[in-house]
Amino acid sequence: MSQALDEIKIGGLGASRRRVEDNRFIRGTGNYTDDITLPGMLHMEILRSPLAHARIKSIDATKAWEVPGVHLVLTGEMMATRNLAWMPTLSYDTQAVLATDKVRFQGQEVACVIADDPYIAKDACELIDVEYEPLPAIVNPTQALAADAPVIRDDKENQPDNVIYNWEVGDREGTDRAFEQADKISRLQLHYPRSHPSPIECCGSIADFNRSTSKLTVYMTSQAPHIIRAAVALVAEIPEHMIRIISPDIGGGFGNKVPVYPGYVCSILASILLERPVKWIEDKSGNLISTGFARDVYLDGEMALREDGKILAVRMRTDADHGAFFADAQPSKFKIGLMHSTFAAYDVPVGHIMARGTYTNKAPGGVAYRCSFRVTEAMFFQERMMHAAAIDLGMDQAEFRRVNFVRDDDFPHRTPFGFLTDSGQYGECLDVGLKAVGYEDFLQQKEEAKKNGRLLGLGISTMTEPLGAGNSREYDILGIKMFDSAELRVHMTGKAIVRTGAKTQGQGHETTWAQIVAHELGIPAEDIVVEEGDTDTAPFGMGTYASRSTPVAGAAVAMASRKVRAKARKLAAHLMEVSEEDVEWELGRFYVRSAPDRGVTIQECAMAAYSNMPDGMEPGLESVSYYDPPNLTWPFACYIVTVEVDPETGVWDVLNIVAVDDCGVRINPMIVEGQIMGGLTEAYAMANMQFQTYDADGNCVGANYMDYLLPTAWETPGFELHSEIMTPCPHHPIGAKGIGECAAVGGPAAFVNAVMDAIGDTGVRNVDMPLLPDRVWEAIKYRRDVSGAPPVRSDD
Amino acid sequence: MTTVYDDLSDAEAGDVPVNRIKFTINGKKKIAEVEPRLLLSHLIRRGLGLTGTHMGCDTTNCGACTVLVDGRAIKSCTMLAVQVDGHEITTVEGLASASELHPLQEGFKEEHGLQCGFCTPGMMLAAKQLLAENPSPTEEDIRWALSGNLCRCTGYQNIVKSVLWAADKLRTQSVDSTEAGG
Amino acid sequence: MYPSRFRYEAPRSLNEAIALLRDGGDDAKVMAGGQSLVPLMKLRFASPELIVDINNVPGLAYHRQDPDGSLHVGALCRHAELERSALLESTQPTMAAAAPLIADPLVRNRGTLVGSLCHADPQGDWASVTMALGGSVVAQGPGGRRIIPVADFVTGPFQNVLDPAEIAIEAVIPAAQGTRSGGYLKLERRVGDFATVGVAVAVETSGNVVTRAGIALTGVGGATIAATEAQQALVGQPLSAQTIEMAAALAAGAARPKTDHRGSAEYKRHMVHTFVTRILSRTEPVAERAA
Repeated sequence: MSQALDEIKIGGLGASRRRVEDNRFIRGTGNYTDDITLPGMLHMEILRSPLAHARIKSIDATKAWEVPGVHLVLTGEMMATRNLAWMPTLSYDTQAVLATDKVRFQGQEVACVIADDPYIAKDACELIDVEYEPLPAIVNPTQALAADAPVIRDDKENQPDNVIYNWEVGDREGTDRAFEQADKISRLQLHYPRSHPSPIECCGSIADFNRSTSKLTVYMTSQAPHIIRAAVALVAEIPEHMIRIISPDIGGGFGNKVPVYPGYVCSILASILLERPVKWIEDKSGNLISTGFARDVYLDGEMALREDGKILAVRMRTDADHGAFFADAQPSKFKIGLMHSTFAAYDVPVGHIMARGTYTNKAPGGVAYRCSFRVTEAMFFQERMMHAAAIDLGMDQAEFRRVNFVRDDDFPHRTPFGFLTDSGQYGECLDVGLKAVGYEDFLQQKEEAKKNGRLLGLGISTMTEPLGAGNSREYDILGIKMFDSAELRVHMTGKAIVRTGAKTQGQGHETTWAQIVAHELGIPAEDIVVEEGDTDTAPFGMGTYASRSTPVAGAAVAMASRKVRAKARKLAAHLMEVSEEDVEWELGRFYVRSAPDRGVTIQECAMAAYSNMPDGMEPGLESVSYYDPPNLTWPFACYIVTVEVDPETGVWDVLNIVAVDDCGVRINPMIVEGQIMGGLTEAYAMANMQFQTYDADGNCVGANYMDYLLPTAWETPGFELHSEIMTPCPHHPIGAKGIGECAAVGGPAAFVNAVMDAIGDTGVRNVDMPLLPDRVWEAIKYRRDVSGAPPVRSDD
Repeated sequence: MTTVYDDLSDAEAGDVPVNRIKFTINGKKKIAEVEPRLLLSHLIRRGLGLTGTHMGCDTTNCGACTVLVDGRAIKSCTMLAVQVDGHEITTVEGLASASELHPLQEGFKEEHGLQCGFCTPGMMLAAKQLLAENPSPTEEDIRWALSGNLCRCTGYQNIVKSVLWAADKLRTQSVDSTEAGG
Repeated sequence: MYPSRFRYEAPRSLNEAIALLRDGGDDAKVMAGGQSLVPLMKLRFASPELIVDINNVPGLAYHRQDPDGSLHVGALCRHAELERSALLESTQPTMAAAAPLIADPLVRNRGTLVGSLCHADPQGDWASVTMALGGSVVAQGPGGRRIIPVADFVTGPFQNVLDPAEIAIEAVIPAAQGTRSGGYLKLERRVGDFATVGVAVAVETSGNVVTRAGIALTGVGGATIAATEAQQALVGQPLSAQTIEMAAALAAGAARPKTDHRGSAEYKRHMVHTFVTRILSRTEPVAERAA
C-alpha cells in the first residue's frame, strides 16, 4: 500500500498554499529599503534638470554647502575627476551619472546633496544654482531622424546622428514575394504609447562602505542584485568579492528596478567619500521622470492574405524611442528584445521585421513593465493587426485566428523569425474563452443593442509568448549568460533552506520554491525556508524579470532537489541495507521494491547524512544547480473582453473579461491567478488611461500621480479566469512555463479590439492607446483614426 | 511616557521652530518634539520607527501611507505631525492584538489580497474604517471605500475578497460574543 | 516631498486665530483640512512662513439647515460628512451629487468644503456647486464679519478676496423658494482626478415652472464659469426638451475650454452640453457616483 504523502497536504505542486511572506507584510514588519536605518546614516537628495535639452554653463553649489547639516554636494565635475560621471549601461552604451556638458532629458540628475536629514538635503538642493543654455528638444523618432536634428549624444565618438541601431530579422525577399501573391494586403500603423511600470515603492539604495573591512554593502531596490554587483565592480573598480548587494523586500518591480540608476552610483560614491552609510530614496516624481519607462514604439505593419483567410506573410517596421541613453536590460543579441516572437502562435510561412532605435530627449529605457523583453509590443501589434485583417477580409475574428493557428500536432514549430515553439492547444484555448464569454449570444446582443443606439463590442487577443530567457547559445546580458541557480541544503532534522539567484518582488518565491522542493523531496513546504537577494549568500543569478524565474530559477530548484534526492537514495539504500537498484521512491519516502513496507523517510535520510554515512560518502545533504534552459517556454492565452461604449461621451465600460491561460503546470494556482489579475489590470490601465507624453519643449506629462493615472479599485473591472487548458512544458523539469507577464502582454489588444469592435460601424481602424473618452468620441464623431499620444499643447 | 526626538541637525537648531505634541499611537501615549514641517508619515516612520506605514508618492494620490486618526482613514503624508497633538493614531502595527491577528490581516492572507505588500497596510486601515461604519459592505462599497488606495500588483479583485472575508469573520465574532454575553 | 520651514500655531479660538493672522505678516496661511495646501507645500509651490491651523477652534464642524431653510456649512465640516449626510441627500441634490466626487475617500476625511472654496483651485468642484446654488462665504476678521457671494469670492487662480487677517468660517446656501432638483456630473478619468469637465446644475421649480436655475462649469476655462444665459433660458417655464436643449447649447457656448491631454476644446464643450442635458432630463434628483 502506498505510503506516499499527499502532495497537496504538504504544500507541493498544485497547492494553493497561503504565502509565507504575507506573515510579515500583514503585520507591517516587511523590510523594504526605506525601512532600513544604519547607524550614522546620512540622506541624499538629487537635483534634477528642469529642461529637456540644454548645455550646462555653470553649477554653483556654494550656498548648498553652507546649509547646516550638509556633508557633501556632488556634481558631474566632481564625478568626472573620479571617472564616474559616465557609466556603462546594460546595452553597451554609456549613461551620465551626473550631467557634465549637457542635460539630455527633463529630470536628468545634475547634482546631489548628502545631509543629516532628507529635509535639509532638499533645502540645500534648492540653493544649487545651475545656469542652462536651452537647446531644441527632440521628443519623438521623426524629429530625431530629421536631417537637421541636433545630435543628442555628441558625447560619443562615431555618433553622427540620433540612430542607435538598425536591426532586421526574417526573410526579406521571401516576404516580398509572398506579398506580391497576396489576394489582400492589410496594413496598420500604431503607436504603443509610453508607459511607466511605476511600482508603488520607488527606487532607492543605502550604500555602506566600511573603511575597516574595505567592503561595500548596498541595500537596494534591485530585481537583479548579482547584475548590480557586477556593474558596481566594473564602474566603481571595487573587487567583486568586496561588494555585497542586498535586495530586501521590494514593493513591486515590473522591470523598473532592473537598471543601474545614477542615484545608486552617487550614494555609493558618497558613502566611500564620507565613510558613512548614505541612503537615497527617490520620490515618485523622480521615479516617473527619470527611471526605466516602457514601450514608446511605432509600428508600420502589413499582412499578406489569401482570400480564404490564410496569412501568407507578415512585414513589420518598428521605431523605438529609447530616450537619451540606450540603457535597457535585454539580451544583447536582440536590439529590439524579443519583438520577433510576434506571430508565433500562427502558422505564418515567412516574415520580415526591420527595427530601428533612436535617441530622444527623454529618460532612458523602453524594456520594462511586464514586457518580457518587448513581447508586449510584439503581441499587441500582432493582435491589433489580426483584428484589422479579419475586418479587411470580412471574416469572423475567432474564425480568422482559428484558421491560422499552429495546430496541436504541428509541434515543434519554427516561427518565421526563428523561434521554436514546442507545445500548445491554441484552438481549445480559444474555444474555452468563446464559450465562457458566450460568444454567439454576445454577437446577437450586440446587434440588438445597436437598434437602441447602444454600442457593444467584443475583442479577442490570442497569443503565445516566449518566457524564461534563456539558453546560453543565444542569450546574454553584457556577455553574462542568462542561466539561473539554486542552492539547497537539508539539515539533519529534515528541514531545509533553499537560496536562488532570483529576486521576488511580490511573485511569492518564498512560498513557491518551497513547493517545488516539497514536490521533489516530500519535505513539507512549511519545513523549507527560502532566501533570495543577498549576493554574499545567494548563488549567481540574473534576477527576476521577463517572467523568467519559474522557467529558469524554478527549474534550478527542481534540479538541485533531484541531486539531493539522488544522494538521499544512496543513504536510504545504506540504511535499509539493500543495494540502490532495489530502492524505489514515493513522495517523502524510499522503500524496498520487494518489500514495500520497509522504507525510510527523507527525514531519516537527512539525519543519516550527518550521523550514519556509508563508507566513502561525503557527509551532508545539499546541492547547487546552475540551470541553462534548453529553450524558452511558451505559455499561451486567450483573452476576451466585452465592452459598452457610450457614443455621446466616448466613455467605455468593461462588461466582462475572460482570461484563459495555459502556463503549464501551476505550482501555486492562487499565486498564478494573482499574477494574471495583476497583468490584466495593467493591460486595462494602458488601454484606458495610463500614458506619458511630452510637449514640444520636452516637458514630461505624466511625471507625477496626478497626471500618470493608475486605475483604482473603483475603475478596475473584475476578471473571470480559466485554467482548463494545461499543456506541460516538454523541457522544464516540472512542466511549468511562467506566467507573470502574460496578461500584460496579451491583454491590451483585447481591450482595444473590443472598443474598435464596438465602434466598428464607423469604419475607424485604429485609436491609439490610451483610449481616453475624448479620443473615442472623436473617432466616432468624425469617423477617423486617432493616432499618437494625446496632445499637450493648449490652443490659445 | 516616551520622548521622541526628530533628527535636527546642529548648533543652529535654535533657529529651527520646534513644537511639542502629545498623542496616542496604537494605544500608547507619546510626547514628541517636532519641526512643524515634519510630515506625520515621517514622524511615524523615522521618529517612532514604525515602518509599516509606507510612502509611495509625493502628490497625495497613492494612499500607501494611510493611517487612522481618531478612527478616520487619512493619508499621513498629507498631514503635519503637529496636527496629531491630542489625537489617536492607529497604524498597521496596531491592528493585531497581543495574541491574535485582526480579521483583516487574516483575510488578506487567506484570500491572497497582497503580492508585494507595499500598499497593504494602507488598504487594511482604509478597510478598517469601512467595516466600522458598514459591517456588511457589498463589493461596490468596498471598491468605493478603497478608491483612494492604489495597488499595482493584485488588480484589486482579491483585495475585495479579503475585505469580504474579514467582514464575515467580524460579523461572526460579534454574533458569538453577543450569544456568549446573552 | 519636504516642505520648507515655517512656524506653526494651533489657536483654540477664532479671535486668537485672527490675531495671529493679523500679526503674522504677509505670508501666513490658514489650514483646515490641508489636503490642498500640504501637497503644494511639499512640492514647494507654496512656502508660507506661518501656518495658522484652525482645527482646534471649536464650533466650526457642522452642517445644518436653519429654520429659514438656508444651509450652513462650517469651516471644519469635512467632505466625508457631506457625502454621508442624510440632510443633503434629502434637500440638496446638487451638493449630494458632488460630495462623493471630491478627490478620494481618504482626502474627503480631512478636506473641507470651505477650505476648498478658499483654495480657489480653478478646477475645484465645490466652487461650481456653490456658484450654481447662489451660495456665499462668511468671513470673520479684525473688522468683524462679512458675507461674500461665491460669484465674487475668487479673483484669480488660487486667489480669493479675503484680507490677510480674515478667516472664512462658513459657507451658506440660501433657502430654496421652490422644489430643488439638479445634480453634478464630473468627467474624471479615474477617482481622484481633476475634472476634465464638471457641470453643476441647481434648479428650483414651483408647480412645474422653473423659478430659479443655476448652471456652473468646472474645468472648462481659467476659472469656474457661471453659465448665466443658459440659466436664464430655463427660468419662467416648465422644463421641456426645447428649453433643455437651449440651456445645454448656451452652457456649451459659455465654456472656454483648452485643448490639452484631457481632450480637445470641442470635446469639452460637447461634454458640457451632454452633462447639462443629462442632469436636466432626469425627472427626480439623483446623487450619482463617478462616471
